[in-house]
Amino acid sequence: MIAFDAVTVRYPHREHAALENVSLEASRGQLTAVVGPNGSGKSTLVRALVGRVALDSGAIRIDNVSVVHTARRAMATRVAVVTQREEPAFPLAVRQYIALGRYPHVGLWRGYSPDDVAAVDAAIALTQTSSLAGRTITELSGGEWQRVRLARAIAQGGEAIVLDEPTTFLDVGHEMAVFELLSRLARDGRAVLLVSHQLNLVARFADRMILLHEGRVAAAGSPTEVMQGSILERVYDWPLVITRDPAIGAPTLVPLRARPRG
Amino acid sequence: MTNARWLLIVLALVTAIVAGVTAGTLPLTPSEVLHGLLGNAAPMHIAVVRELRLPRVLLAALVGAGLGAAGAALQGATRNVLAEPYLLGVSGGAAMGAVIAVALGARGPLVPLAGFAGALGAVALTLLVARAAGGRGDARIVLMAGVVVGAFANAAIMVALAGADASVVRGALWWMMGSAADASWMAVRGLALYVAVGIAILLVLARAIDVLALGEDTAAGMGVDVARVTLGVYVAGALLTAGTVAAAGLVGFVGLLVPHLVRMTGARTHRSIISGAALAGAALVVVADLMARVAHPPAELPLGAITALLGVPFFLAHLRRLT
Repeated sequence: MIAFDAVTVRYPHREHAALENVSLEASRGQLTAVVGPNGSGKSTLVRALVGRVALDSGAIRIDNVSVVHTARRAMATRVAVVTQREEPAFPLAVRQYIALGRYPHVGLWRGYSPDDVAAVDAAIALTQTSSLAGRTITELSGGEWQRVRLARAIAQGGEAIVLDEPTTFLDVGHEMAVFELLSRLARDGRAVLLVSHQLNLVARFADRMILLHEGRVAAAGSPTEVMQGSILERVYDWPLVITRDPAIGAPTLVPLRARPRG
Repeated sequence: MTNARWLLIVLALVTAIVAGVTAGTLPLTPSEVLHGLLGNAAPMHIAVVRELRLPRVLLAALVGAGLGAAGAALQGATRNVLAEPYLLGVSGGAAMGAVIAVALGARGPLVPLAGFAGALGAVALTLLVARAAGGRGDARIVLMAGVVVGAFANAAIMVALAGADASVVRGALWWMMGSAADASWMAVRGLALYVAVGIAILLVLARAIDVLALGEDTAAGMGVDVARVTLGVYVAGALLTAGTVAAAGLVGFVGLLVPHLVRMTGARTHRSIISGAALAGAALVVVADLMARVAHPPAELPLGAITALLGVPFFLAHLRRLT
């Protein structure tokens, strides 16, 4: 559904391209994860998708239509994005915030339609945020805020959801809850494209993994294909071993201590 | 925002307007004002009400409405709680444009148009300076850039006035401190047009501003054309500022103070914040102008000095929260 086709992005005054010839695909019904070290181009991928950075070459397509030929609003009805950072400047009630996800569907003077209200209710139910609905977004904990942001993206509707590091600052329980929810969204038929640092969790949940390194695709395929010690050691520049997690046998990365000098 | 709070704001505005037309060196009762309006009173009463008080109060109300709405929209779109026309240098740019136009001999509707050009120039310059200094995203840097641009505009006005004769300089100085004393029905009509167009644009953009206030990347992902909405807010803000500056000079801090007061009443979405700030701003400037007229008779205090006295403590409190 979302396809990056030989995408190259250069930021001004930088020697290396942020993304170079990157091709990847996120299909309906699948959780596709993009991983890679800091500065590997993961966030640029998301910013390019929402049109915040221009492509040097290549194309990003939603169902074979290039995003540069699609109005922002029309695109937002099909693809919802949860960016890495979002620091609201002003307080909004949680429900008001989630309802803002309906922005691309709502006309200029019309209020929220029954469809909009239903979408907001469904998103609140799915993310179990109804207990937060009376609070304002500036008084939520990190975990609550991430769930509410996810609810906003789900309320936005559409068949694809793109998330940039949705589990940063979350503890184990909240992190797992987010991954379970994303996995469920994929099973329900959406295309889920996830940018994450959590290699081990991604390996357990994702259908496909794409490993970025210095703006290029270093490996792509099933978690087993990408989670290879030789590849990851080179990309992350750190000694590590790959083992199997005892619960379900997914590949698991264990970084080693630095070897003593001399 | 609940209906009770709307009622409160409207009541405040009505009270301010009634106080504005009744109080003054010639105190009138509300019924005297009404008779003056209808034309069945002493000729002097009729003249005071129709030609002095009412246009002045309406002009002050329009100035407040324009500045309040502009401040509310600028704060939302830039995610900057200290954004407002005066502190961003927009007012200074408008004043510079207007003064240069007057110095070149322009009169009438050309003056606010020149102010509009100056205001747009100031916006562009503020954003350029902020970018060169390290970031449009940092509220403090944008603010400093705005203050620098305002100071530059001030200097340019001084240069433009250097060759003018003393009476012109005195008039210009008065105007740079803000004053509704030159109110006339023509000025009211002209400003009403600017305020109506400016606020209409902002209300159309209000929902997009709600989304934009979450951050530019997030807004882009939610379907907002960030560049277009930001441009729209700046253009409408410049329009409102230029209209008010041409009519009443530099009146600072209204755009800062009023949106915060309106948010404190519980307004959350920008449609209600902008409309609330227009009404509350109108009330505030009518009261401030009343204070300017009656505080120290027979002399008048500058309107801009009064709004600054009200606004500066508030500004300092918010600056502390930023740093």
